[in-house]
Amino acid sequence: MKMYTNSRQNSSPGVTKLFMATCRREFLLSFRRKSDLVNPLIFFLMVATLFPLGVSPEPGFLAQLAPGVVWVAALLATLLSMDVLFRSDYEDGSLEQLLLSPQPLFIVVLAKVIAHWMMTGLALTLMAPLLGVMLFLPAEGMPGLMLSLLLGTPTLSLVGAIGAALTVGLKKGGVLISLLVLPLYIPVLIFGSSAVQAAVTGLPLGGYLALLGALLALALALAPLAISAALRISISS
Amino acid sequence: MAEKKWMPRWFYQLASPRWCYQFTGKLLPWFAVAAAVLLIGGTVWALAFAPADYQQGNSFRIIYLHVPAAILAQSAYMLMAVAGAIGLIWKMKVADMVLKSAAPIGASMAVLALATGAIWGKPTWGSWWVWDARLTSMLILFFLYLGVMALNSAIENESTAAQASAVLALVGLVNIPIIKYSVEWWNTLHQPATFKLTEKPAMPVEMWLPLLVMVIGFYCFFAVSLMQRLRNEIIWRERRTGWVRELLNKQ
Amino acid sequence: MSFNSFSEFLSMGGHGLYVWLSYGLGVAILAANLILPKLAGNQLLKEQKRRLRREEGVR
Repeated sequence: MKMYTNSRQNSSPGVTKLFMATCRREFLLSFRRKSDLVNPLIFFLMVATLFPLGVSPEPGFLAQLAPGVVWVAALLATLLSMDVLFRSDYEDGSLEQLLLSPQPLFIVVLAKVIAHWMMTGLALTLMAPLLGVMLFLPAEGMPGLMLSLLLGTPTLSLVGAIGAALTVGLKKGGVLISLLVLPLYIPVLIFGSSAVQAAVTGLPLGGYLALLGALLALALALAPLAISAALRISISS
Repeated sequence: MAEKKWMPRWFYQLASPRWCYQFTGKLLPWFAVAAAVLLIGGTVWALAFAPADYQQGNSFRIIYLHVPAAILAQSAYMLMAVAGAIGLIWKMKVADMVLKSAAPIGASMAVLALATGAIWGKPTWGSWWVWDARLTSMLILFFLYLGVMALNSAIENESTAAQASAVLALVGLVNIPIIKYSVEWWNTLHQPATFKLTEKPAMPVEMWLPLLVMVIGFYCFFAVSLMQRLRNEIIWRERRTGWVRELLNKQ
Repeated sequence: MSFNSFSEFLSMGGHGLYVWLSYGLGVAILAANLILPKLAGNQLLKEQKRRLRREEGVR
């Protein structure tokens, strides 16, 4: 009689299970360090406050700036949050274990970044209307603001993670990550803020959102490869 | 069993730092002479003999510096990224060293392109800086260079630094067309007129011939500077080997 | 020749500041890229020779 075994029982967990398990771990660990979660959001709010204080509180003027300012603030807040992505795992050695394990690194890395995004980028997206109100963004612009951030912030997290992975072994990674990653953020910034501008002036958003979506697709496909390579390089030293 | 070699013999020869040092030693004088002749001749031609532009007058002569610098800045980045890829795939030390050597030269070419672009802008458009698509893209390219250089110097272990810089350079390379497209698009959105900094299609022979001379001269200059830095890097990285000891003793 | 006199050449039709500033910068940057590595190389060779003498002198 042929022995019939469910091959799944003897092999490593499937891709989805691995993804979910990694996400759960990230959520658990992050909720134990709530300050890491909240700091970028506070920063987001503060940066938006700097503009009226530094330039002018006049509504007409701020309304013109609003799309760009909210986007730049989201960009900077995301950058700030990237440093912690791999650092604690690096310090306690679990990152090295991850690289040695037979699990596909692509999936693990993707899960880590997506989990991180849900706690930062997504949170920023949900907070954005508050900033919009503070900067007198017209109501027509709000859906555009949220949609563009929804599509753009995952790309920011993915690309930022490349910078985080390259610098994880360094003691003072902070500003260096910004230097490495900011030029790469510029296309997302351009299309994201233009999407909001279009929404404000009543023009169709579809093209901009499609472009942001295309950038996201590219980042989803390629960034985990770069991140994995960068992690292996950083650990090898 | 011998590994099947996928690349020609000279490719693997290049991998030997010692062979590279000797080879570049022989090439350097030739490129140096070529660079001197082309650059000095080209500059004299550009300043004194080429015609002035009908609309822009003599400030047009800045093109003979701006365009070669811009071309070099972009080519050098490509070379840097390719060298990085070779270093990552074939684990060649020399490729890593080429990456490290090319970065500062390319960055200074970007600075020259930006500075000459800005200076050219003043008589042409009335201000010292314009956010036009080409200058903005060049500025971002400069930032990409700075990132690679910063990462390379931040990591202490030489081979780790080289590999990390290679990954970053390649990520930047993939992004360059995306950045170019987005900046150009952004520019058309915000600039009413489309005026180009260089009128390339409309240039007569008397104008593009000295430009060609300058471009080739700049390439020769780049080769000289790259080889100089590469040789220094080879001596430093191989300072403990026998052949370097012999070389030092001979001096 | 595009110019009739040397003073015309220097003034570049009023754009002299811009043209000469650009070319001055160009010469400076090109020269720096050629001279700095050469100086660094000489320094490197000197230091390495000294180190060699120090290490081999000890033996």
